[in-house]
Amino acid sequence: MNPVISVNHLHKAYGTTVAVDDISFNVAPGEIFGIVGPNGAGKSTTVESIMGLREPDSGNVSVLGLNPHTQRSAVSQRIGIQLQQAALPDRMKVWEALDLYSSFYTNTIPWEPLLEEWGLGDKRNARFVNLSGGQKQRLFIALALLNDPDVVFLDELTTGLDPQARRSTWDLVADIRDRGKTVVLVTHFMDEAEALCDHVAIIDHGNIIALDTPARLIEQVDDELRVTFEVDGPFSAEILSSLPQVSDISRSGRRWTARGDARNLLSAVVIALEQNAVRVTNLQTERASLEDVFITLTGRQIRA
Amino acid sequence: MQDSTVLTQPTAIHTTTKGQLWRSFGRMTWIQLKLYSREPIAFFFTLIFPVLLLAMYGIIWGNAPGSGYYQDYGYIDMQLPALTAVIIGTVGLMSVPVSVATNREQKILRRFKATPMRPLTYIAADVAVNYLVALVGMAAVIVVGALVFNLRFAGSLPAFFVGFTLATLAFIAIGYIVASLAPTARVAQVVGQLIFFPMMFLSGATLPLFLMPEGVQQVAQWLPLTQLVVLLQELWLGVGWNMTAVVVLLAMLIVGTLVSARLFRWE
Ligand SMILES: Nc1ncnc2c1ncn2[C@@H]1O[C@H](COP(=O)(O)OP(=O)(O)OP(=O)(O)O)[C@@H](O)[C@H]1O
Ligand SMILES: [Mg+2]
Repeated sequence: MNPVISVNHLHKAYGTTVAVDDISFNVAPGEIFGIVGPNGAGKSTTVESIMGLREPDSGNVSVLGLNPHTQRSAVSQRIGIQLQQAALPDRMKVWEALDLYSSFYTNTIPWEPLLEEWGLGDKRNARFVNLSGGQKQRLFIALALLNDPDVVFLDELTTGLDPQARRSTWDLVADIRDRGKTVVLVTHFMDEAEALCDHVAIIDHGNIIALDTPARLIEQVDDELRVTFEVDGPFSAEILSSLPQVSDISRSGRRWTARGDARNLLSAVVIALEQNAVRVTNLQTERASLEDVFITLTGRQIRA
Repeated sequence: MQDSTVLTQPTAIHTTTKGQLWRSFGRMTWIQLKLYSREPIAFFFTLIFPVLLLAMYGIIWGNAPGSGYYQDYGYIDMQLPALTAVIIGTVGLMSVPVSVATNREQKILRRFKATPMRPLTYIAADVAVNYLVALVGMAAVIVVGALVFNLRFAGSLPAFFVGFTLATLAFIAIGYIVASLAPTARVAQVVGQLIFFPMMFLSGATLPLFLMPEGVQQVAQWLPLTQLVVLLQELWLGVGWNMTAVVVLLAMLIVGTLVSARLFRWE
């Protein structure tokens, strides 16, 4: 399918700071496309160039078949934007913001349901300055959805939200996609990207260092699964080490760890333990995460 | 070309219509007015403070014919147009720079920029609101002057209104230059005050110039606010258009608009 967003050799510097070096990618319709990377990697510069808010030094960008720089007005009618850095006037009320922003667009959806959906129903008459960080964040998401956009950009969507609010925000973002919209999600939370995104671009120092589905990215760096368990009663490690699927078995205290190929380790281990009537407690599996992908690729933690 | 491979959605390109522009402008103006009414300090300086000054003049000097310095007019008759100049200066050099620079510093303008709203819509609404505030401020002193101090008006109302409009737009344009040049809201505020406060005391806007030493009077002639006071006083008293003042204010308006159109920044 043709891409909704197409970025080719995007380059942008601020003075001598190269924020985006050479970035190219496509976003397919109806997907959640994640852009992840450490602070200062160039994520916001990339998406803001796509929105038409920043002028790239070179390269070309196309959104919905339009050029966001020469056709900014047409593009901004059809995209929804939640910026990492933005504010409303302190004394503006929540409903006034929604009402005002509605007047900027040709096509809008009623804002009352959005208010309820994003948990701001009882904050309708609250002033912006009196909202909590999470409430401000949700108000900006509601503003981003007012024009029923085809593409939604969310830059650092869950920063400042409590863990529970983060999870419910994830569900709402998945809902946005399920309604047929394309979502570009910028985040430095790897778990968020892993949970939500169909494709992820990992950016570091202004370049894409990896781009794939989260599952394939993880597989590439580490296709090993670890099954750990404790045993009640007699157990001989032979039972497992003789299995072709198990590459290694080790013990630390009461806890055993069997390693092997992610695709078939678990069932082989469980069946063997079962057949030998081993009484197993507290069985867990561990896999690499997107965070591990990042560490492997860059040799650093994302938040050093 | 890459562009040709990109999905062109079946929906039509939404172009912003004229009706849409007016709707945005109307909504923006209305919300800005509401926000203004929630700013107690700005409210005080443009709407209450001039009335208090007027009352003070009235109590000290009264408005009997001859209490002023111009033929059969009283002190209040002379100072009312001068107070109008204070209101215009306050709006242009205090309110405008601080509010615009604050909206930029807090990234409020940045969020507006991410919508299809035209930049001119925001600026037009902001100018309209500041103009309205100055108008209401002037109306307040006129009403109090007429009701309490037997205010006399000898000019032409349309001419005074035109002079007021020219002056207000000229001072707002200068305010926009300050807002565009200042890196922060705090700097905008200080610069606005540095320009406005000396002028306020030296221009005859608060105290009549003839009370000042000769040297001060000489310097005062060169201040834009003095020109504004002279323009409004002469229009008020029916003397006619002071062409020097008109030229100065027109120049401020034109230069202010051109310069701030070049320098204005959204972030
Ligand atoms: N307006 C600007 N002027 C100068 N330098 C800038 C500007 N905006 C960003 N930069 C610099 O460009 C680089 C990339 O910034 P950008 O905001 O795109 O990173 P990011 O990946 O979004 O980071 P974060 O996770 O902190 O949001 C950084 O080094 C930053 O300091
Ligand atoms: Mg960022």
